[in-house]
Amino acid sequence: MPENSHSKRVLEVKRLNVEIPVPTGLLRPVQDVSLHVDRGETLCVVGESGCGKSLTSLAIMDLLPTKAKRACDEMRLSGDTVFDIGERAMSDIRGDRMSMIFQEPMTSLNPAYTIGNQLVEALQRHRNVSKAQARDRAIYLLEKVGITAAASRLGQYPHQLSGGLRQRVMIAMALMCGPDLIIADEPTTALDVTIQAQILHLLSDLQREFQMGMILITHDLGVVARIADRVAVMYAGQVVETGTAEQIFNAPQHPYTRGLLDCIPIPGKTKRGARLGAIPGIVPSLVGHMSGCHFASRCPQAHEGCETGDIELLPTAQPGHVCRCLLTQTPGTPVHETEGAAS
Amino acid sequence: MLYYTLKRLGVAVLVAITVSVLSFSMIYLSGDPAVALAGEGASNEDIENVRRVYGFDRPIILQYGSWLVQALQGNLGHSNYLKAPVASVIFERLPTTMLLGACSLAFALLLAIPLGVVAAIKPNSILDRIALSVAVVGQAMPSFWFALTLILWLGITWRLLPITGTASWKNFIMPSMALGYYLTPAVMRLTRAGMLDVLSSDYIRTARAKGLRPMTVLFKHALRNAIIPVVSLAAVQFGFMLGGSIVIETIFAINGLGYLAWESIQRADLPMMQAIVLVLSIFYILLTFLADMLNAFLDPRIRVA
Ligand SMILES: Nc1ncnc2c1ncn2[C@@H]1O[C@H](COP(=O)(O)OP(=O)(O)O)[C@@H](O)[C@H]1O
Ligand code: SF4
Ligand SMILES: [Mg+2]
Repeated sequence: MPENSHSKRVLEVKRLNVEIPVPTGLLRPVQDVSLHVDRGETLCVVGESGCGKSLTSLAIMDLLPTKAKRACDEMRLSGDTVFDIGERAMSDIRGDRMSMIFQEPMTSLNPAYTIGNQLVEALQRHRNVSKAQARDRAIYLLEKVGITAAASRLGQYPHQLSGGLRQRVMIAMALMCGPDLIIADEPTTALDVTIQAQILHLLSDLQREFQMGMILITHDLGVVARIADRVAVMYAGQVVETGTAEQIFNAPQHPYTRGLLDCIPIPGKTKRGARLGAIPGIVPSLVGHMSGCHFASRCPQAHEGCETGDIELLPTAQPGHVCRCLLTQTPGTPVHETEGAAS
Repeated sequence: MLYYTLKRLGVAVLVAITVSVLSFSMIYLSGDPAVALAGEGASNEDIENVRRVYGFDRPIILQYGSWLVQALQGNLGHSNYLKAPVASVIFERLPTTMLLGACSLAFALLLAIPLGVVAAIKPNSILDRIALSVAVVGQAMPSFWFALTLILWLGITWRLLPITGTASWKNFIMPSMALGYYLTPAVMRLTRAGMLDVLSSDYIRTARAKGLRPMTVLFKHALRNAIIPVVSLAAVQFGFMLGGSIVIETIFAINGLGYLAWESIQRADLPMMQAIVLVLSIFYILLTFLADMLNAFLDPRIRVA
C-alpha cells in the first residue's frame, strides 16, 4: 500500500450539517463540521454538553433520529463514499467497517439475549462464518477487553454484568468485524470514576494494536492530553479549532479553546478528571440561521466584524492547525477546499 | 427462578383459597339453604330433617372443611335440576369452552400483535391510523352486537358459515371472532405502545449500529421485549373472555360452560352455578400463574436472578 495521505485516511467529512425541526423553528445542531481521521490515529472531540458531538457521530453512522436531516459535501470511509448510499448499503458498512460505542452501557445491550448471542450476531451479519467460529472470535475479543473466564460469560445476560463489564462487552462487540473506524461517544461518562481510566486505556491500547482510526468524544481534558493524536474543539454546533494535541494544548488559537484550557493549571500536564471550564455567558440558540461568530457573545476578544457574515474554518500559521476565528486566520482558502491544509 | 416460581405458586394458592371461601358462601347467598332445598310447602319438620341430613346444622367452619375436601376430590355437588353430579356435567362442557377460548385468543393475538407492530413502525402514519381505528371500533362495539352483525352477514346474507352448534370447525369461526375481537383493542394498543417504547431504546440503536437487517431489529430485538407486558394482559383478558363466553355461547348455541351457566341461572340451579364460578376462578388463577411463568421465560431478568 503506498504511504500517501489518501491510503491512510480512514474518515473524511466535509461540511456536515444536521437540521432538526423543533416547535420553535429549525434547529441546526451541527453546522459545517469537517473532520478527518487517519489509520492508527485518535481524534478527540471536545466541547460543552449540547454542542453537537453526539449528533455529529450519529450523522456519520447514519443513525440520526428519523426527523433529523443531514447534508454534507463529502463523507468517505477509507476512500469510499458513505453518504446517501441507501440504508441497505449503509447497514452493510455499519458494524463492519465502522462501529460505535455509546455513552450508556447499562441500556445499550438487549436485556432479552445473552451477550454471546449479541456478539455472535454482530459477526455473522457481515461474515459468512459458522456459529462456532463466531463464538471463538467473541471469546478472543472478550479476553482482549480484559474479561476473565470469557467462554463462560457468553451465556450471561446483560443484567448480570456491572456497567464497566457491559462497556467492555460493547467494545468487544464493536471490534467483532475488525472495523477501520471506531467512534466512542463519551464511553466512560456513565461509569464509576475508578474504572473510567481503565476503559479509556483499554480503548487506546486496542486502537493502537489494531491500527484503527478512532474518534473519542470526551469531557475529560486529562484524557485528551494523554491519548489524543489530534483534537477537534466544538462549540455551538461547529468545529472551532482542530490541530495536533500538542498544538491545541501548547498553542491554542481560538479564544474558546483558550478559555477551556485556562481552567487547568498547567496546560498539557492536566490532572485526570479536569472538566471543561466554565466560561461566563450562555451558548446561543441554534434555532434558525445565525450570522457571525457563534462565540461572539462570550468572547473577551470580540470586535467589530465578529457578528457578521459566516466565519470559516481556516488554516493558521501552523501546518495542520485550523481555527474558526477572525483573529487567527492567515488569509487563504477555507480548509474544506484544500487538501494539504487539513492534513 | 425457583424462588420466583414458589412465590407465584404461593400467591396462586392463597387466591384459590379465597375463591373457594367465596364460592362456598354462595350456598348461603339465597338465604337458608335448607329451606331452599326442602322446596315449597315443606313443613318445619321437613326442613329440620334436610338441615340434619345435609349437615347445615354443623358449625360453618366444619361445613366449609368438608365441602373443600369433597371439592378437592372432584365432588362439586349434585344438580337437583339435572339430577346429575355437577362435576360430570361441567367437565363434559369444559372442553368446548376451552376450545372456543383458545380460538378466540389466537384470533385476537394474530390480529392485534401485527396491527400493533405495523402501527408502531411509523407512528401517526396512515397505517397507524387504520390499525388504531380497527382497535377503536373493537372497543366501541359490544360483543353481542358484533356477533349478531357477523351472523347477519356471514351466516344469513352470504351463507358462508354455519350459525349455530358445534358440528365442525367452521362453527367456531364466528364465535371466536366475536369473542376475540373484544380482546383485540387492548392487545393492539399495548403492543403499539411497547414497540414505540422499545424502538426508541438504546439497545435498538446498538442493533442498528451493528448493521443488522431491519427485520432482525424489528422482530428479534424489538418485538421480543415489547411482547412481555402483552403476555400478562392476554392472560388476564383471557379470563374475562371466558366470562364473556356466556353471551357468545348463548347467541351461537354452543354447548359450553357459558351456555351451561346461562341455563343454570334461568333454572336457579344453585350448586351448578356455584361450581361453574369455582371452576372458572380456578382456571383463571392457573392462567395467571402460567402467564407469570411465561413472563419469566421471556424476561431473563426474572428468570436468571
Ligand atoms: N432528537 C432530538 N431532537 C431535538 N433536539 C435534539 C435531539 N437530539 C439532540 N438535540 C439537540 O441538539 C443539540 C446537540 O445535541 P448532542 O449532539 O447530543 O450534544 P452533545 O455534544 O452533548 O453530544 C442539543 O442542543 C440537543 O438538545
Ligand atoms: S471571531 Fe471574534 S468573537 Fe469569534 S472567537 Fe474570534 S475574536 Fe472571538
Ligand atoms: Mg453527547
